[in-house]
Amino acid sequence: MAFFKLLRQSPLSARIGLAMILINIAAAIFVPVIAPYSETEIVGDIWLTASKDHLLGTDHLGRDMFTRLLYGARNTIAIAFITTLLSFLVGTICGFFAATLGGWTDLTLSRIIDILMAFPTLIFALMVLSVTGTSIIALIFVIALLDSTRVYRLSRAVAMDIEVMEFVEAAKLRGERIWWLMRHEILPNAMPPLVAEFGLRFCFIFLFIAALSFLGLGIQPPTADWGGMVRENAGAITFGIFTALWPAGAIAFLTVGVNLIVDWFLHIASGLKD
Amino acid sequence: MSKLKELEALFTKGNITRREFLAQASALGLMAAVSPALLTTPAQAAAPKKGGRLRLGIAGGSTTDSLDPALFEDAFMQNVGWQLRNCLVEIDADGNPIPELAKSWESTPDASKWIFKLRKGVEFHNGKTLDAEDVVFSINHHRGKDSKSAAKGIVDPIKEIKADGKYSVVFTLEGGNADFPFIMSDYHLTIFPAGTANIAKDGIGTGGYTLVSFEPGVRALTKRNPNYWKEGRAHFDEVETIGIADTSARTNALKTGQIDFINRCDLKTVHLLKRVPGIQIIRVTGTRHYTMPMRTDTKPFDNNDVRLALKYAIDREQMLKLILCGYGSVGNDHPIAPSQRYHASELPQRTFDPDKAKFHMNKAGLEGHAFKLHTSDAAFGGAVDAAVLYKEHAAKAGIKIDVVQEPKDGYWSNVWLKKPWCTCYWSGRATEDWMFSTAYAADAKWNDTYWKHDRFNKLLKAARAEIDDKKRREMYVECQKIVRDEGGVVIPAFKDYVEAATSKLKFTKVAGNWEQDGQRCCERWWFA
Amino acid sequence: MDSLGTMVAKRVAFGLLTLIIISLLIFLGVELLPGDVAEAILGQSALPETVEAFRRELKLNLPPHIRYFTWLGDFFQGDFGTSLANGRPIADLIGWRFANTMFLATVAALIAVPVSIILGILAALYRNSLFDRIISMVTLSTISFPEFFVAYILIALLSVQLIIFPSISNINEQMSLLEKIHAIFLPCMTLTLVVVAHMMRQTRAAIINIMASPFIEMARLKGIKRMRIIVLHAFPNALSPVINVVAINLAYLVVGVVVVEVVFVYPGLGQLLVDSVSKRDIPVVQASGLIFASVYIGLNLLADVLSIISNPRLRNPR
Repeated sequence: MAFFKLLRQSPLSARIGLAMILINIAAAIFVPVIAPYSETEIVGDIWLTASKDHLLGTDHLGRDMFTRLLYGARNTIAIAFITTLLSFLVGTICGFFAATLGGWTDLTLSRIIDILMAFPTLIFALMVLSVTGTSIIALIFVIALLDSTRVYRLSRAVAMDIEVMEFVEAAKLRGERIWWLMRHEILPNAMPPLVAEFGLRFCFIFLFIAALSFLGLGIQPPTADWGGMVRENAGAITFGIFTALWPAGAIAFLTVGVNLIVDWFLHIASGLKD
Repeated sequence: MSKLKELEALFTKGNITRREFLAQASALGLMAAVSPALLTTPAQAAAPKKGGRLRLGIAGGSTTDSLDPALFEDAFMQNVGWQLRNCLVEIDADGNPIPELAKSWESTPDASKWIFKLRKGVEFHNGKTLDAEDVVFSINHHRGKDSKSAAKGIVDPIKEIKADGKYSVVFTLEGGNADFPFIMSDYHLTIFPAGTANIAKDGIGTGGYTLVSFEPGVRALTKRNPNYWKEGRAHFDEVETIGIADTSARTNALKTGQIDFINRCDLKTVHLLKRVPGIQIIRVTGTRHYTMPMRTDTKPFDNNDVRLALKYAIDREQMLKLILCGYGSVGNDHPIAPSQRYHASELPQRTFDPDKAKFHMNKAGLEGHAFKLHTSDAAFGGAVDAAVLYKEHAAKAGIKIDVVQEPKDGYWSNVWLKKPWCTCYWSGRATEDWMFSTAYAADAKWNDTYWKHDRFNKLLKAARAEIDDKKRREMYVECQKIVRDEGGVVIPAFKDYVEAATSKLKFTKVAGNWEQDGQRCCERWWFA
Repeated sequence: MDSLGTMVAKRVAFGLLTLIIISLLIFLGVELLPGDVAEAILGQSALPETVEAFRRELKLNLPPHIRYFTWLGDFFQGDFGTSLANGRPIADLIGWRFANTMFLATVAALIAVPVSIILGILAALYRNSLFDRIISMVTLSTISFPEFFVAYILIALLSVQLIIFPSISNINEQMSLLEKIHAIFLPCMTLTLVVVAHMMRQTRAAIINIMASPFIEMARLKGIKRMRIIVLHAFPNALSPVINVVAINLAYLVVGVVVVEVVFVYPGLGQLLVDSVSKRDIPVVQASGLIFASVYIGLNLLADVLSIISNPRLRNPR
């Protein structure tokens, strides 16, 4: 298998990153087996410190932090991943089309995206979420749509730089079709910045969801999500209660893992040997 | 008059409390004749000192706020409103109506016509002297076809307002109301000069502070009115009211000394805040309560057994402990707070009883039915948590509750009064009658349970005009019992006001009718 | 450079059109939201007749298209209108807040942009060294936390524990520039930490990407020093993606800071916008929305122009 071959050549940092992500995925999948309590069950007093019964203590409502963290992994990772994927799908395809075809396609697409981008994110999110309520599906679509505009911009800029290079011109002269061009010439060459962006956007989406829940939108309680859990417990930090560090640490753990992998991909794709 | 003499004698001898005395004198419409010496509060331990700049960090402001009292809705504007303006009647720390711009009032025996005598020589910030026309103008601001006032509901029973000479105003009501002076203490009904053209921007009143600058939702700066007519009130040189919506931001700003006072403490950390040196916690039992109204005109809530089953299926003690962190008291399914005059303490407390809940649900033949509880944190902070908690309690009685989360925006227009069962809060009202006739009377516009109970409505009407205190109490106790046992509302808890301030701030007894010492802290408090 | 001039002119014209479309979209959007300003303000104490009177007074009973075109007409005459909720002129309401927002964004950008580009170049230069890894980890972890968490940590450390900076940024006109900067230090730090990582990583990625190009290979074979290659050859060619990411982050500093405003009680545009949307105060939403939109359009135009100027191949299209 090519993947395992690749893995064997991978640097230590990438392996660590992969392990970090796998731990998270495992946690997300096996929650019901591992979790000592149920997601919303109140098990004791608020903000208990870590003990044998509650590995990471309890949260602001007296729920088991460890359990919430596991469920949070499931909810947060799934939502952020689907959203990022969706926004990249839409963003890169449109971006490449615009750059390759140029002319009216580029103009029209870019103008529509310009309008969408210029449309303030916050107003858009506030309006959509106050009409649809705060359902998770709505959340995914809103964020994916908002984010795809940024992906579009980057992928178009990158593709435009590639587009003017000799080998693309050559392929065009050969009479290659647009899809072929996009897949065989542009995508591989645009990969490094896009992969880097994927990692970062994945993290951003995490944080955007957290920011939305800070404003009372986003994933709603009692569903566990890491951003929301940070918010719910963050107020106590100045009193020396550091419960919020657990979900914050979990977010950092995952994003660091993702970015280690991203760095590795960047390395492979850049073709540098050192 | 002999009745008053008798009362005065009883009061002076200490046979009745000050509160009973005032309530009865007021009910008799005899406030005018009460000797002023009896009205002053007992001497305070330390005389208030003048000076300093009070910085309030307040939640409950919005950038859409306006100085128009008709549109006041939350803590920030309530407080600023009373810095700038006065009402006819003030509510003291014990919950009694005391004279403010009206120096006395009296009514006809059936309490349907009230005459308020105004204080003479009171000046507005612009130098105009207060007279009856100003009062008529200010109250009329909330009445009539074009009124957009949030207080329209409470001034609706006023049939006519007339100036009787320069210093007397006559209110004719549609029916008797012994509690009418309380109505005149409402925070919307502040007095401003007749002919004020742009009330939304104009902060002119008779209050203890004059407006320097106002930025809605952000900051209001006022400075002491050197010409203030009230003796021994408004001690600060300046008051800066700062809107701070985020709880942590408020707490931190107080801890770092950037502000002197915060409202709505984070209940989960207040025990930690208490330990911080130089900070005092102010906790007052209020009338604010959380409710879960069911539409009794809608199936299945038209069946009293269903309602009773749901009332027995909630663990109030745990609700109080987890949602309010103990800062409150358990409710007994009627809206009258323990601190109120006619609270029916003799009614047994309803407790969590899964068996009884099951029994009533079986009687209604609805075991296994899933009840939808519509909720949002717009109803009250922690409403969603409370609903989820309720769901877990009810499950123990075999009752299934589905928590339906609604958007915060438009909650009051789309969910409350519309959905069969939802979460809600009431600030409570100063009097039993006011509360009941706002949200429980058959014809009340905010009767959120669509509840029509003949006996209750008859009692309510009779009690309103009843001046005999004992009889009145009996009537209100029965009203509370009926609401508790047959009404459509689950009332799990009453909430305390929990606030914090630097220990340099001094005050005597703190009122519980609104937050911030009945929203009068700027008048009543001082720096040591 | 003539073609550049025409392009700019076209883009500006299109920018105006965009603004009009956005104003229409916002108007329609807010119209479609359940409830209106009357219901939103009266809240629990609304009565059918008071809501009706409120609507009459604000002319909300007129058909939507008439209200929109009246607004548009006034707007072109420079009249932003008044807030529906409290009748204040919108210019008063928004002016000083916009100045505040720009002030915070400018100070944050002045710190963040140079820092992140220098760090990005250094990280690319010493790729895979300990330095690269440390910088990478530090910047990663600062963006790995939600910004309000970063803010709370900064407050806990620098405001509550060591009383150096205020925890709320309550600024007003009487303060001197230095006092203002002191007051906004913590929100500024928070924003800087949040945006630096993104810009720095993108700079690093772009430079590394260019390093694989044949002309860099050639330069290296010629024996030119690494530092020189990166600064003089790689960086100018990597400018296009860098400029784009800087533009995105600058725009973010202006329009995306509502959370920071809430935490530090900073009177910027974000909070006004949130309140106005929830109260359905359409003219205020319109005005602040258009300001945000113009900032976006302006920055994007600038980024595109700079990209073209910086890339010789784009400058002289064949």
